[in-house]
Amino acid sequence: MGVWSAVATTAATSLQGERRQGTLELLVASPTPLPLIVVPITLSMAAIGLYSLVATLLWGRFAFGIKVSLLHPLAFAVACVVTALSVSVLGFVLAVTAVRYRSAWALGTALELPIWLICGFLVPLSILPHWVRPLSWLIPTTWGVSAVKRAALGGMPWRDIAICLVVAAVYAAIGTLLAGRLVDSARTNATLSLI
Amino acid sequence: MRTSARVFFLGGLMSYRALFTWLSPWILIPTFMVGPIFQILFFAYVGRSAGVGNDSFFLIGNAVQYAAIPCLFAMGNSIGGERYEHTLGLILVSPARRVPLFLGRALPVIVNGFVVSLFALTVGALVLGVSLPLSVLPLLVIVLAVSAFACTGLGLVTAGIALRVRETAVVSNVIFGLLLIFCGVNAPLSSLPRWMAVVANWLPLTHGIAAARKIAAGATFTDVGRTVAVEAGVGIMYLIIGLVLLRIFEVESRRHATLELG
Repeated sequence: MGVWSAVATTAATSLQGERRQGTLELLVASPTPLPLIVVPITLSMAAIGLYSLVATLLWGRFAFGIKVSLLHPLAFAVACVVTALSVSVLGFVLAVTAVRYRSAWALGTALELPIWLICGFLVPLSILPHWVRPLSWLIPTTWGVSAVKRAALGGMPWRDIAICLVVAAVYAAIGTLLAGRLVDSARTNATLSLI
Repeated sequence: MRTSARVFFLGGLMSYRALFTWLSPWILIPTFMVGPIFQILFFAYVGRSAGVGNDSFFLIGNAVQYAAIPCLFAMGNSIGGERYEHTLGLILVSPARRVPLFLGRALPVIVNGFVVSLFALTVGALVLGVSLPLSVLPLLVIVLAVSAFACTGLGLVTAGIALRVRETAVVSNVIFGLLLIFCGVNAPLSSLPRWMAVVANWLPLTHGIAAARKIAAGATFTDVGRTVAVEAGVGIMYLIIGLVLLRIFEVESRRHATLELG
């Protein structure tokens, strides 16, 4: 949850910040493809968000006396990294929408709680309405969270890790296509520098 | 007197309208309509999953607490935004009296917070299937309005802080989180550590949420009148603190020439 919080709002506002500073045009005009500029930003945010995972485990251990025993420590570590990666890819898709739409930063805030709710962070998918579950399966983070839980509590985390990576790759492809389309549209409509 | 009234009403309205980056439907709908509904749903489902509380408990707590988004952020931004746009100096060199100037900016924010809470309560109840008798609605509306007023008092404090620090959004986010934890929104005060419950009594929304829950359970105004009065009192206390902070930091910012630092 902390990783998603760290990425959701900041990813959606990162390019708006560039726009406000007058540097968005320079980023778009540079020969480096936009995804290669944006992904490292969202990846770094997700990495910072991993701090909250560590802090929560330590906080739970020393403030509340909660002992977390990990059944598969290696799979747990891999699942955490893969989940953070999947969150950064979601952040990438959010971030590129701001190239064309100035108000897209609000998407990050709006999606923070829905993603918490439908990805199974605290609420099991089984108690959500049936029609929500297919939506959950379409989000890579759902599989990442499932892998983290299975690695910690028991189950088969590697299958979920693999699915998480595949779905994240699909989102990365969608984000890349979207980035190209939105940059073209922003150039056509001359909206890049509009604050 | 007439000038002060103009500063209060027209100045406040113009300042609120100047928050145009918020007032776009593309911002307003996700922030004020989608956000509160999903906060209610999230905590209601956490409660269902953990087998604690009931939907009505989470619905009322979160609907009242979500007023904090406009009350804290809009209030902080109304000063921080002026500072960012370099118009704060122009306002502060004017001879306008400060009390109507700043309270006028608070009035539209109170209305905004109230409407957001009312919307969240109504739609949240429909989505979760919580039935609130029509007879309790007038009292609930009063409590929502008083709670929005009290929270805007705290917002005025953040507006005062906005004269001293640059990142008002960070301050507002931290306060929003504190209110979520301390005010009995998703956990009864009785289950919190003693010191947290003591702190909660001095925060806005705590008494408003308690009163709203009692009303939903069938209490009359006589039963909750004192609680609502305490909520209003807490709001007045923060309003005064906010005005004092604004005065102190205005003088300080002139002395240290920091008013225009964006």
